[in-house]
Amino acid sequence: MLTFGTGNKAVAMAARDAKPVVVAAYPITPQTEIVEEIANFVTDGTLAARYIPVESEHSSMAACIGAAATGVRTFTATSSHGLVYMCEMLHMSAGARLPIVMANANRALGPGWNIGAEHSDSMSMRDTGWLQVYVSTVQEAYDATMMAFRIAEHTDVLLPVMINLDGFLLTHITQTFETVEPDDFIPPTATPHAIDIKNPGGYGTLTPGNVHFKFRYDIERGMRASIPVIEETEAEFARRFGREYHLYEEYRCEDAEVVIIAMGTLGKEMEVAVDILRDEGVAAGAVRMRWFRPFIVPDLDGKDVVVIDREYSFGYGGILAGELQAKSGCRPFSVIAGLGGQEVTYDDIAEFVRIRRPGTEHWFGVDD
Amino acid sequence: MAIPDEEFLLKTTSACAGCPSSLILRYVTKAAGADTVLVIPACCTSVIQGVYPTTAMNIPVYNVAFASAAAVASGMSEAFRAEGRKTNVICYAGDGGTIDIGIQALSGALERGTDFLYICYDNEAYSNTGMQRSGATPLGAMTTTTPGGKKDHKKDLDAIVAAHNPVYQATACAAYPQDLYNKVEKALSIPGPKFMHILAPCPPGWRFPSEKTIEMGKLAVKTGLWVLYEREGGKLTITGASKAAMKKRIPVEDYLSVQGRFRKITAEETAEVQKTVEDMIARLQREADGIC
Amino acid sequence: MFEIRLHSRGGQGGVTAAKLIAYAAFLDGKYATATPLYGAERRGAPVVSFIRIDDEPIRIYSQIRNPDLVIVLDESIMQLVDVLHGIKPDGEVLINSQKGTEVEGHRTYPVDLTGISLALDLVLAGNPILNTPLIGAISKLGVISQASAKQVIAETFRDERNVEAALRAYEELKI
Repeated sequence: MLTFGTGNKAVAMAARDAKPVVVAAYPITPQTEIVEEIANFVTDGTLAARYIPVESEHSSMAACIGAAATGVRTFTATSSHGLVYMCEMLHMSAGARLPIVMANANRALGPGWNIGAEHSDSMSMRDTGWLQVYVSTVQEAYDATMMAFRIAEHTDVLLPVMINLDGFLLTHITQTFETVEPDDFIPPTATPHAIDIKNPGGYGTLTPGNVHFKFRYDIERGMRASIPVIEETEAEFARRFGREYHLYEEYRCEDAEVVIIAMGTLGKEMEVAVDILRDEGVAAGAVRMRWFRPFIVPDLDGKDVVVIDREYSFGYGGILAGELQAKSGCRPFSVIAGLGGQEVTYDDIAEFVRIRRPGTEHWFGVDD
Repeated sequence: MAIPDEEFLLKTTSACAGCPSSLILRYVTKAAGADTVLVIPACCTSVIQGVYPTTAMNIPVYNVAFASAAAVASGMSEAFRAEGRKTNVICYAGDGGTIDIGIQALSGALERGTDFLYICYDNEAYSNTGMQRSGATPLGAMTTTTPGGKKDHKKDLDAIVAAHNPVYQATACAAYPQDLYNKVEKALSIPGPKFMHILAPCPPGWRFPSEKTIEMGKLAVKTGLWVLYEREGGKLTITGASKAAMKKRIPVEDYLSVQGRFRKITAEETAEVQKTVEDMIARLQREADGIC
Repeated sequence: MFEIRLHSRGGQGGVTAAKLIAYAAFLDGKYATATPLYGAERRGAPVVSFIRIDDEPIRIYSQIRNPDLVIVLDESIMQLVDVLHGIKPDGEVLINSQKGTEVEGHRTYPVDLTGISLALDLVLAGNPILNTPLIGAISKLGVISQASAKQVIAETFRDERNVEAALRAYEELKI
């Protein structure tokens, strides 16, 4: 059904359509509308889920863990301080191989208080064992949330998935989007290690060093196995519902001599910058990274690379730029822009390309 | 009520000699039966249950992060109920995991009316990490972080829980397994949030010989330092050995002097402990009599 | 692409108005986005919302810098904010005004949305409802169709007087 609404609403509707059994909810700006919408769905009966109004984000992930451990589908949403507050439980949920799906409204961390878009929250959770996808439109927020359940619950993966959408820029923008009838696109949950009273086991017991690493390695196996599962899921989604997604999205890259790389809404707006640059005779292209975990390296051979990071790893650099450099060997012009909702326009992005100096870092608004 | 022979805590535990926590767990699981999941935060029972790939437990045990037990149980209970299953969800947590780091999650789960039983087995310190002070450590007790003896009183966990009006609330003691068994069985027969606070005299932590666990528990009850009761539908009933202790008690010195942890307690502190006991007994008696 | 910047005060319904205008454009078969610019959210504070309407999918998330149309729901804001900032040379201005306020250098459409609302006793939490007459006025400018304007109001508001308010604004606005 073609409809019109915010990014938050799209996420809530996708979660509703995926029919979770348990939803844990705690409010935080700019995600709150998601848990409010789901409360409405549960109240009006369009979603037959147990809605647990927890007392903290640490507990929202804990409640999802408890529910998912019994083998049922779970969903929650958070943002910013809420996400980092549940950090411990992110490690626990991935370690326990529970296919929990969570939306995260990317938002800056204090102090000072700032509710604008920034990727510091989710990027600082990158080593928890969660899959992370970053979306750039309201439609993609819906679609990625829907696909997240199928990917997370796939028995080759069994890892939680975080859908990241830029706070306000995407959570609060109103756009056209189309909902779908998932039918059997998401098969029923079949968690092989769900708690079984008839076959009692100890979960997460003391695990000595001579076996602990095997469980860690197994998480990595799930992460690596997720790549073909994501590709297969996105292909099946396109076949059924007609919308195509890839591990990363290329825009006018075929003959590009310089590519801009970003995630989230900047990854969409930069397409306009590419068009402007092309009109100026610059062979520009863009690569929008969708999946940050697993990390998939685009082919950047022989191209100048401009990476925009909407976060920063203090004492190191832009995280996306650093990871791309480490994995691809490129020498990016690393731009740090958009922190705390800092306004970045397509003109600004085009300018980043014009002033690029490979191998250097540029803080937008500081180094101008 | 007859205690069944079936064991859910097998004889292969990694517990210390004389461990009250494993003793309590044995009776808790007997009362709960096979259709039960234990949710266990970091505590002595993390160790007691055994080391991967073995387990001493014959029911599913879900080990979770320190602060999260009650919240995990919330999700688990809702999921079971959504699927039409009556499986008991029991949090089995130490005093640190309950009174200190886990109290927020406990409060939330109680307030939300979670259908579960939360058991705090209280050995009055962070025993699993080698006896550090917790909010449950009593006045005058030495721990590795109160080498001169604790200068603060034990936190009144039961009053905090009572403020949430759970459907069932009880105390018990490792030294009185029948009383404990009856209460667990009763608690699990009632839907909604239930809470039990069980005293667990810990030989290495409290510094007494391993064979004296039961004796120490009985002294706690006979001195009135620990009162066995249950509160159901707002009505408090004194149970078991505490009925006698409400009328006639032995001095607290008899309890304090046989534990190494109270070696540095002062005469003033002992008098204060005695006064705390008398005040608590009077308060509970008034409530039992329906005066307040 | 047609870009609208809407200036209002917190509590006047400017954010909702932006969504409704974009929704009407969506019903017209266009691509549309509405974005509130969140600052210090408090009653009475100046608020800005952005509406983009296009035949192609909209890829821009940054603020509108060169609007085709500026809407001012509270003309007292014009003393605090340069509502014409960056407006296109041929950009137009719609002002909710009881005294027919005009701005220099740009085609201005003054319309008494507040008066229309008060005359129909359309008051919510002490504030006159400005959304529905605004939608009527906007449809007169051709930004959205009359049919979509009606549908948006019918779907969003139960009170029939809202349709009347839109009609009156449509009539009152002079092109």
